[in-house]
Amino acid sequence: MINKQVVARGLLGLARGMSSMKWPAFGYARARSLQDVWRLQSEHGDGARLIAGGQTLLATLAFRLSEPTVLIDITQVPELRGVSVEAGTLRIGALTRHAELGRDELIARHAPLLREAVPYIAHPAIRNRGTIGGSLAYADPAAELPACVVALGATLVLASAAGERRVRAEDFFTGLLETALRGGELITAVEVPIATAATRSTIAEVARRSGDYAMAGLAVHLSLGSNGQVAAPRLVYFGVGNGPVLAKAAGAALAGRRLGAESIAAVQAALAGDLDPPSDLHGPPEMKRHLARVLTGRALSRFLPATEVAA
Amino acid sequence: MNDMPTPESIGLSREDLPNSYIGRSVPRPNVPKLVQGRATYTDDVQLPRLVHAAFLRSPHAHARIARIDAAAAMQVPGVVRVFTGADLAKVCDPWVATLDHLKGMKSAPQYPLPLERATWQGEPVVAVVADSRAAAEDGVAALLVEFEPLPAQLDMETALAPGAVVIHPQLGDNLVFTRTAEKGDVAAAMAAAHKVVEATFVTGRHTGVTLEPRSIIADYNRAEGTLTVHHSTQAPHMMQGVFAKQLRLEDGQVRVICKDVGGSFGIKVHVYPDEVAVAAMARILGRPVKFVADRFESFVSDIHARDHRIKGRIAVDADGKILAFDIDDLTGIGPYSVYPRTSAIEGNQVVNLCGGPYDFANYRCTTTVVLQNKTPTCQYRAVGHPIATAVTEGLVDLAAEALGMDPIEIRRRNLIRDDAYPYTSPPGMRFEGLSHHAALDKLLQMVPVDRIRADQAEQRKRGVHRGLGFASFIELTNPSPFMYGIGGARISAQDGATVRMDPDGSVVVMSGVTEQGQGTEGILRQIVAHGVGVPVERVKVITGDTQTTPYGGGTWACRGAGIGGEAALQSAIALKQQILVVAGAMLQAAPDSLDIVMGQVVDRDTGRERMPLAELGRIVYYRGDTLPKDLPRELVQTRHFITKEYPFAFTNGIQASWVEVDTETGMVKLLEHWCVEDCGRVVNPLLVDEQVRGGIVQGLGGALYEHCVYDEQGNLLTTTMADYLVPMSAEMPDMHVGHVETPTKESLLGAKGAGEAGTAGAPAALMNAINDALRPLGARVTEQPFTPARILAALSRI
Repeated sequence: MINKQVVARGLLGLARGMSSMKWPAFGYARARSLQDVWRLQSEHGDGARLIAGGQTLLATLAFRLSEPTVLIDITQVPELRGVSVEAGTLRIGALTRHAELGRDELIARHAPLLREAVPYIAHPAIRNRGTIGGSLAYADPAAELPACVVALGATLVLASAAGERRVRAEDFFTGLLETALRGGELITAVEVPIATAATRSTIAEVARRSGDYAMAGLAVHLSLGSNGQVAAPRLVYFGVGNGPVLAKAAGAALAGRRLGAESIAAVQAALAGDLDPPSDLHGPPEMKRHLARVLTGRALSRFLPATEVAA
Repeated sequence: MNDMPTPESIGLSREDLPNSYIGRSVPRPNVPKLVQGRATYTDDVQLPRLVHAAFLRSPHAHARIARIDAAAAMQVPGVVRVFTGADLAKVCDPWVATLDHLKGMKSAPQYPLPLERATWQGEPVVAVVADSRAAAEDGVAALLVEFEPLPAQLDMETALAPGAVVIHPQLGDNLVFTRTAEKGDVAAAMAAAHKVVEATFVTGRHTGVTLEPRSIIADYNRAEGTLTVHHSTQAPHMMQGVFAKQLRLEDGQVRVICKDVGGSFGIKVHVYPDEVAVAAMARILGRPVKFVADRFESFVSDIHARDHRIKGRIAVDADGKILAFDIDDLTGIGPYSVYPRTSAIEGNQVVNLCGGPYDFANYRCTTTVVLQNKTPTCQYRAVGHPIATAVTEGLVDLAAEALGMDPIEIRRRNLIRDDAYPYTSPPGMRFEGLSHHAALDKLLQMVPVDRIRADQAEQRKRGVHRGLGFASFIELTNPSPFMYGIGGARISAQDGATVRMDPDGSVVVMSGVTEQGQGTEGILRQIVAHGVGVPVERVKVITGDTQTTPYGGGTWACRGAGIGGEAALQSAIALKQQILVVAGAMLQAAPDSLDIVMGQVVDRDTGRERMPLAELGRIVYYRGDTLPKDLPRELVQTRHFITKEYPFAFTNGIQASWVEVDTETGMVKLLEHWCVEDCGRVVNPLLVDEQVRGGIVQGLGGALYEHCVYDEQGNLLTTTMADYLVPMSAEMPDMHVGHVETPTKESLLGAKGAGEAGTAGAPAALMNAINDALRPLGARVTEQPFTPARILAALSRI
């Protein structure tokens, strides 16, 4: 998938006077296990790049923005596959493709936000190839899945030849296209706390065309008490910053309050302190702030009883 | 037998005739080939000793080329040779794109690769030829080119101001062309008017985005002294002349072959420096050189279009009668006028077409065409029409709003009457016969206006803002030499067709018009089958080869059916007459007592079958000894056609757009779209409807999504399909197409063009619909594309 950052670097390509459509020459190796991956990485060093769904990497290769010496294909690594539930945690293997997220029963039951997000992710051909691990590792600020995993309070399982470690999703995204991944490390799985009866989640975005990157988007996850009181709200915005933006002021404005027009307005007002969006081709920062407010109202209103929405 | 055929005499109106194909939705013959991947695009052509070209393109909008060092590039494995502008200038002359009839027009000589300066970001500067495209790109990466950036002239508004960067100093300034058309007394009409309203419109710079990018293989054969060019083009004969002239060859030494073409939209009817460079490199190397533009290159080097700012005023009386239009158009065309059509035609069309559907007396319109350091612009689908229509129809709606008049009513009061023809418009366009009122009546049968207005009012109460917009338009088709030929361009307005019958009774037609996906070959097959009297499956169509087809202009400006189709019909009828002469001799019957129906010679009166064409073919080709000695038996006929009475065959139509504007997000949802158009004889309703629909989509694309965006340094920011937004099916509305048929009397077929009608009217209809939705909120948009940011700004939400 191509995005702003690729394009920005594409312009750098043009700035070098290059326009290209053919990949540079590189080698290819297929790993059958994580041990294989570590071995191939040590053999090829910094010139090695991992390829899974390839939906971003292949475009950057065609633009010659990335010139690896070898691609290590990790799609046959069994440790990275599968969706399971263990001890109150939903484990999603990094190779799980977007289309699989959309049809998996466990995900539908325990993390419905992810299923709801899938139709917003690009187009079917891309969803059939792209993986959740790839999307998270690439960390596009306008992508849906990074925002979703932050909203869900997920933990990312990272592995390297040195061993395994866990990083909270909100700590994983560290900057524009930057993550907590260290050299030689890859995402093996995403661990998501499973939904309870009180859990509410939804995703909303505005994109120019269906499948486009969002001009602004919001993934929200909260608990709603029987009295309508909100607990543990996590509002995560995308397309409005350097990465998924967990809106802390907005969340604070909502936590402990009864969900309604008044609290929603408070959240919208509090957003000003959370968001500092850059301008892009679609419009200025004011537009993104405005859209974020609109989406906030629309998303949170979905959790209101039908009678209040009508009012 | 020798009477001039009439539409009736050839059964044009007889739907019951077995081989009456004209007017029927016959599937096109090339569809299975295209969908099965068996087409032959230029990139599919494999030639021995083929080498591949890649270009280093200017990273700057304007820069001096200080130094080119190819030493490292030449060391890259597979690289054959590196070419600079100076290398190619030894075998290739520069061109200047002006037309004599555009008074005062000027432009600078353009070389295949520039000699001293690059003048837009993306201009090809150095070419590397290698054994493969990948190696050529490796070679480009190894080139060392030093650029000295120069100040760039980007803003068309300041192009003529003191202190502007004069892009070509030898021209003196950046003015390419200006023209004012004036009729009546605009100032007096404005002064005396009941209402005068004005607005400034902007149409966004956009481009064609053909699915198949520009592609070329040029092969110079030193032994024969011939240049063979496989080219993805709309106009093979024109390109034959161009390659010959620029490379100092005779036309006859150049053959242009154009097999399947994956879309054109006007993008592929121009002379591109990288393509001429390929021909020049082939001339030097004596071996075939291929270049296929990648998408990135397409965005920076395919022609752009529609970069206009238009200030308009309209004057109306108290009854809503239009008294005057006063229009000032400004357009930036990049650093060169594009050869050979020139980049002044789009502005000239704005002058010719504004106010086009209406009967009014006072008109003033000026276009000012200026240079700038951006990708060159030139003719793209519906040249100038969507601009003129948006301005005209935007102003008409503003006038209606000022008068408190219904937009349908103001149109009904001002559209040229259907019995007023022939009619000459204020800027001098001559209309043979249009049907604005019939088209409006037909549209109102299709659009449930009352139900829509009731829904609109109901939805408003819920805070949902919907709008209905209309746009009448005219479209220029079937151009005569008055478009380009009188200006000195070697662009053919005539076209020819050769139709022959082979021994098995099958028919082959060779035509000078070309196919780029719109179905030209499909209608030629229908017309010839109809004209000769054979099943449509028995007709093969050959286009796109200068060596085998009659000389013609190709397919552009909606001339394929009207010009190429008429040539095919006339040659088919001539072949039929020739066949009947032979049949008459064989059957001892008067030729005019016979007819041909579904491949059988029959008695005209009774329909009794007398002889299959295969039998006639067998006798003519193998047993000619049995025929009378003096019997003419050439079962091949060629006819050429050119329009003579009118410079252009104008068509007309009206569109309606029904939209919902999300006033919180600025997003526009297209709910429904209607178009009624009059392209004269409808040869194939299916194809015409799809042309109209495709045209509407392209018009909506320019109005909502497509935009070539530059930054302040002249860097093009929209160079991928993720950033340059083309309209996609999910966002497109249901489209309803209706027809009124006013055949042109210039031809037997009576067909005019249909390919640009959708594009001409859709942006204006959409703009008026959006503004109808926004009107109660006091907001209005006139700057395309109508993005969420612009709509939110109009609503003062941001």
